Amino acid sequence: MSFNYILGQLINGIKLGSIYAIIAIGYSMVYGILRLINFAHGDLLTVGVYTMLVLMGFSGLPIWLVILAGCIVSIMVGMTMERLVYRPLRGSGEETTLISSLAVSVFLQNLISMIFTPQKKAFHLPDFLTVNHSLGPVSLSTINILTMISIVVILIALTLLLKKTKIGMAMRACSDNLAASQLMGIKINNVVVVAFVIGSGLAALTGVMLAGEYKTIEPLMGFVPGLKAFCAAVLGGIGSLNGAVLGGFIIGIAEVLFAGLMPSDITPYRDAFIFFLLIVVLLVKPNGILGSSEGGRS
Amino acid sequence: MLQIKDLSVKYDNIQVLHGISMDIQDGELVALIGANGAGKTTALTTISGVKRSFGGEIVYNGKNITKASTDEIVRLGVVQVPEGRQIFSKMTIEENLILGAYTESDSARQKANMERGFEMFPILRERKKQLAGTLSGGEQQMLAIARALMSNPKLLLLDEPSMGLSPLMTEQVFDAIVTLNESGTTILLVEQNAFDALEISGRAYVMENGVITREGKSSDLMEDPAIKRAYLGGD
Amino acid sequence: MKYRENAAVRFVCFVLLPLLILIYSAINRGHYYSDLICLFGIHLILATSLNLVNGFSGMFSMGHAAFMAVGAYTSALLTISETQKARISGLPEWFQKFTLPFPLALLCAGLVAALLALLIGFPVLRLKSHYLSVATLGLIVIVRAFLDNEDQFTNGARGITGLPSYSTIFSVFLTGLILLYIMYRLIRCSSYGRGLIAMRDDDVAAQTLGVRIVTKKISIFCLSAFAAGIGGALWGHLQTVISGQFFYFTDSFEIVEMSIIGGMYSLSGGIVGALVMTFLPEILAPLETGIMIGGFQLPELYGASNLIMAVFLILLIIFRRQGILGDSEIIVESIFSKSTYTGIFKAETYRKLVDITKAKLTGKKKEKTAK
Repeated sequence: MSFNYILGQLINGIKLGSIYAIIAIGYSMVYGILRLINFAHGDLLTVGVYTMLVLMGFSGLPIWLVILAGCIVSIMVGMTMERLVYRPLRGSGEETTLISSLAVSVFLQNLISMIFTPQKKAFHLPDFLTVNHSLGPVSLSTINILTMISIVVILIALTLLLKKTKIGMAMRACSDNLAASQLMGIKINNVVVVAFVIGSGLAALTGVMLAGEYKTIEPLMGFVPGLKAFCAAVLGGIGSLNGAVLGGFIIGIAEVLFAGLMPSDITPYRDAFIFFLLIVVLLVKPNGILGSSEGGRS
Repeated sequence: MLQIKDLSVKYDNIQVLHGISMDIQDGELVALIGANGAGKTTALTTISGVKRSFGGEIVYNGKNITKASTDEIVRLGVVQVPEGRQIFSKMTIEENLILGAYTESDSARQKANMERGFEMFPILRERKKQLAGTLSGGEQQMLAIARALMSNPKLLLLDEPSMGLSPLMTEQVFDAIVTLNESGTTILLVEQNAFDALEISGRAYVMENGVITREGKSSDLMEDPAIKRAYLGGD
Repeated sequence: MKYRENAAVRFVCFVLLPLLILIYSAINRGHYYSDLICLFGIHLILATSLNLVNGFSGMFSMGHAAFMAVGAYTSALLTISETQKARISGLPEWFQKFTLPFPLALLCAGLVAALLALLIGFPVLRLKSHYLSVATLGLIVIVRAFLDNEDQFTNGARGITGLPSYSTIFSVFLTGLILLYIMYRLIRCSSYGRGLIAMRDDDVAAQTLGVRIVTKKISIFCLSAFAAGIGGALWGHLQTVISGQFFYFTDSFEIVEMSIIGGMYSLSGGIVGALVMTFLPEILAPLETGIMIGGFQLPELYGASNLIMAVFLILLIIFRRQGILGDSEIIVESIFSKSTYTGIFKAETYRKLVDITKAKLTGKKKEKTAK
């Protein structure tokens, strides 16, 4: 096994890790504030991608506009589900919200199947995004490079938002202690909406990255990456921005290295390995790697 | 300043407040005492707009706030220091205070308020960059009070400030409450620690099983044999 | 004691048996509707077994499909013919000729599923709320990976075909009744069940009262897995073809949905949930193939039935959070008694009745001893 091979795998891991990390940020923000595992989060990614597919049918639209529109539709769907489903259920217990998010997920998946049929569809990004550049031993497409740059940009932007702005402070406060935040005069609904907007927008953005990678899309494409991103958020310490990113990278790299370095009869177990890893980490460090209080273990 | 009329509140199907009425005048320090589970905290959270009532009304400075949202109520100057302190433990003391001023957009006034809080509780200034979760129970209570002061409250609702504090710490906190009241803030103090509460307050209400059973001057209530027996120990 | 036994006996005698015999004699096995009724029976077992964990222990498992899968595969391997077994490469020689009668195979299916629950229960059940749910989802992924990749035992993603179609209305409902009866007695009529409910409501307080939390959690998880394993086996013998893809997220969620719709704090809620989730999709199914409504030809709406089910579930959660039954149980006795109650009792009323009966019984005992 050559050094270049391992390096290549590592880069692939970082690539996949960036995608998980970006989805995990959205998961983590919503969970931090509402203690809601939004299973439908991954499906927002699908919503965004299908919107883009439709818009790409109209030739002449520049790709950035298409992606932007996909993000906006995804954000609108995210806000709608918050308003119609999660807000009426707020404070009604963890299981209830968990199930409702599952139902929303099933709803979105089937809605998309109904409109676009459950079959896989081809998804072609413009050539300049998919063309490969060879950088030393590894070759990366433009979109891969953009993915890795975007995680850095997103991380910096969100850190600034959370540390420096009033709404960011409010978001951190809500995720620290929701009841007290309300007594400070913070409008919880606004904070929740902001979290959903950021999360949904980022989910749609990762949709482009995933679809660009696999070149096909299907109605269920968002669910499993969403689940793994949740694992990433838990692994890193849910509610923490840095934790979500760290967890995303760990899961992405672990998954790729597992597939790339293990004997071939074990590699199909890579998804199983991710969950196994998650369970082990939760048992050893119930709050995740960067998490503080609020244990996952009873 | 604050009039509560026939306030009734329930959790699911269990009614906890059965039409309580209270009246708080400008500048007063009023105590609300009663045993565990009497409904004191529920009364406070209902005033703050966190919990909704199904009967009665709350009028603040002539304005009906029964259906107002918590942030509106905070903006009007009614601020609560919740039971069990409820500080933001993963944020620094300074950030906690800044969040206390969430409804206060004037940054000069925000600074002045923070200064006032630091003067009142100097320990907070020393530790302002420290995470609030690292403070001791008494210091956390101080932080919670200082945080509430950040929004220039006209009426401060204090829920069990002595809970879990040592007698010495309780005394310090109560001294601070008296000072605040003397400087013009109206205070409604909810306490199980009836003796201390009656000692510093001018007037008091006694609550039992969701009903106000007694009210009057604190000094009178302290002499009342029934109150003595029930809340003050001994006769 | 007698009172409760009476309830169960009457339930069987007056409602289920006649109903079953009627249906059984009316329709031949293998018929579409009789299959549907079998499916209902299986769903009933699965949903009730999930309620056992989710409704009564305070844990929230979402991984029942994993136990179903294990049960189905176990029973399949124990009952398929020699020719079918020859296709699976890794089975030891003695096993090639080894088959068990159906009831024993079912029992083994349950036991192996329970064993799996025991194995993973020790680490996983220490996790709290959400994390436990995610870990049980992980279990589905792990079991699926195993089923798809361990070709020598499971025939890989191709799955196992040619399962004997042992699942009839009779066998399914008999098994279902036995399991339901055991679960019902355990939860509603024993100190074990009361301890369990105490633990659900407040585990620390229950612990101080001497409830052994870990033992309780593990045992109820295993029991639930046992029933789910049997449910999975029955499912396999109904469909006669099994593979990993039939026991994945969608299937697991379906069981969770049943449990929620009927009311997870009630064992009989599982029955109601199963009823809704078995027959409603059938009613909605024509939408998927395109139907005529008032002269309009609707296009094929793939996924429409699931979509409507999801909306139904969301509305139910928002407007009736405890599910259809809440924490009430269907008590058949009351259908026949002269009391003014309908067939559905509030659990509270039921408890009062039990207390009265107990008082009567102890009173009788006292009389006897006095004599």
